[in-house]
Amino acid sequence: MKLNPFRSRAFPGDARHWPGLFTATAAFFAYVYLPILILIALSFNENRTVTVWTGFSLDWYKMAFSNRDIVGAATNSLIIASIASVTATTLATLAALRMASNDRFLGKTGINAVFALPITVPEIVPAVATLMFFASLGFTFGLGTVIIGHIVFCIPFAYLPIRARLEGMDPKIGEAAADLYANPVQAFWRVTLPQLVPGILSGLVLAFIISLDDFVTTFFLGGAGSTTLPIYIFGLVRTGVTPEVNAISSLMLLLSLALVSLSLFLGRDQNRKTGPG
Amino acid sequence: MTRAGKNTLFRVLLIGPALLAITVFMIVPLGLMAYISFRGRDYSGGVLWDQFSTEAYVRLFFERELDGTLALNFNYMIIILRSVWLSFLTMVISLAVGLPVAMFMATRDAKWKAVLVFMVTLPFWTNLLVRNYAWILLLRDHGTINSVLLWLGIISEPLPLLHNAFAVAVGLTYSFLPFMVLPIYASLEKIDLRLVEASFDLYANRWQTIRRVILPLAYPGIVAGCVLVFVPALGAYITPELLGGGKTLMIGNLIGFQFGAARNWPFGAALGLFLLALVLVSLGLYARRYRGELEGSQ
Repeated sequence: MKLNPFRSRAFPGDARHWPGLFTATAAFFAYVYLPILILIALSFNENRTVTVWTGFSLDWYKMAFSNRDIVGAATNSLIIASIASVTATTLATLAALRMASNDRFLGKTGINAVFALPITVPEIVPAVATLMFFASLGFTFGLGTVIIGHIVFCIPFAYLPIRARLEGMDPKIGEAAADLYANPVQAFWRVTLPQLVPGILSGLVLAFIISLDDFVTTFFLGGAGSTTLPIYIFGLVRTGVTPEVNAISSLMLLLSLALVSLSLFLGRDQNRKTGPG
Repeated sequence: MTRAGKNTLFRVLLIGPALLAITVFMIVPLGLMAYISFRGRDYSGGVLWDQFSTEAYVRLFFERELDGTLALNFNYMIIILRSVWLSFLTMVISLAVGLPVAMFMATRDAKWKAVLVFMVTLPFWTNLLVRNYAWILLLRDHGTINSVLLWLGIISEPLPLLHNAFAVAVGLTYSFLPFMVLPIYASLEKIDLRLVEASFDLYANRWQTIRRVILPLAYPGIVAGCVLVFVPALGAYITPELLGGGKTLMIGNLIGFQFGAARNWPFGAALGLFLLALVLVSLGLYARRYRGELEGSQ
């Protein structure tokens, strides 16, 4: 849409140049990004007092990588996130394949509400509920219980983008496959699935990040030997701020940023039609 | 097999596994939690399964004296009210900050819109614990903010910024602000700027235009944003734990405490159910007025 080009930029009716909007936005991004940048900067600080800059150093990263507890926690985080995200994405893909179709059936709205439940309810509630559930069944708390908890809350994060992707597909392509004598199974494997793969990978990476970053569920469903990086960081922070925490925290931030960029890159809709994304 | 039968089987096989996982490991536990909230308390950290008791709910309001009489107890009420108040404050601050930002984003051209949406979304996917930890570094007595203020000579003593309600409000706003910006942006995105021009042509000033043209258009996004900020803030655990410093507890921490040092499962279950009810009421009020939009905004 073109605005009248003869009007000056200062025309008060031009909402794009209203005073304050730019300042507010700049302040907002400073508020959002400065704490993260300060944390990363301080992780390279050679000084032990943590908040006063004295010089550049990689010592805290070296210390973090040679700390057995940290390496162990990182390994647990990766094991949990890998199993939970792959399982959740598999379950979510199967469900999305059926839920994305246009036909109405009994309970469809209800099922969608159930799939959204894990991200609707504050995490602490299902975490303690599942804690009581596992305890009353006599489960031993550890990696297994944490993984089950993670699978559950990862499902919506995989399900929502995959379903959106399926709903955005052009039904004519499937019809074209049928016209060319593909049976439904062939049409699925040769036409639908290849188109869906970027959506599935995008959902997988999101589920992976969410699992990797989780604290609350891991904290309540964990036991001996299931310490993850966020749990480890929490323990250190509670006893005091150390530069090592800055180093691991920065690494976690950078890993999440890299993964989410990857996910958004995979999930972008190349031939998107106009309409909400 | 008939076509309809095949269709049903297909549906069960595809949807079943995910539905079963959430039902067994989330809905059943929530049901069990409701049941446990009406059971007796085992002091060793468990539940007296064969004993019905409303003690957990009584405990919300009263304290049982040694002789068995009840005395009003405001300790838990204060924590609940503080949670609601802090979440409400977070919502209002997020709205005040988020509205102009969403307005700015919505009036850019397509290329900039994509970049700005990406920049707003990005922090959400980074570790919540780490983002809150970053604020400890900023707010501490010898932290970045106090150091800068001391260096500038604005203050002579470090300000007590950490371990209070202020720190929790800052942390909550920081954690959930994107949830306010994105839905408002989504409802303003399609705004036709000629409407704003028309409003000015009809001699409305800027304030009148905001009130009569922009706010009505942004309204669905504002309501969605308020729900999406209020609900997670109400159930926050990490932020008050790290930034509140044990003095500024919220419901989430009180619940967690019952499964740790306090060892009172029925009370923890009752509090969990209470929080769940608060959340469902907020969502229900919203869904009744804006059917269908909740899904779109997530």
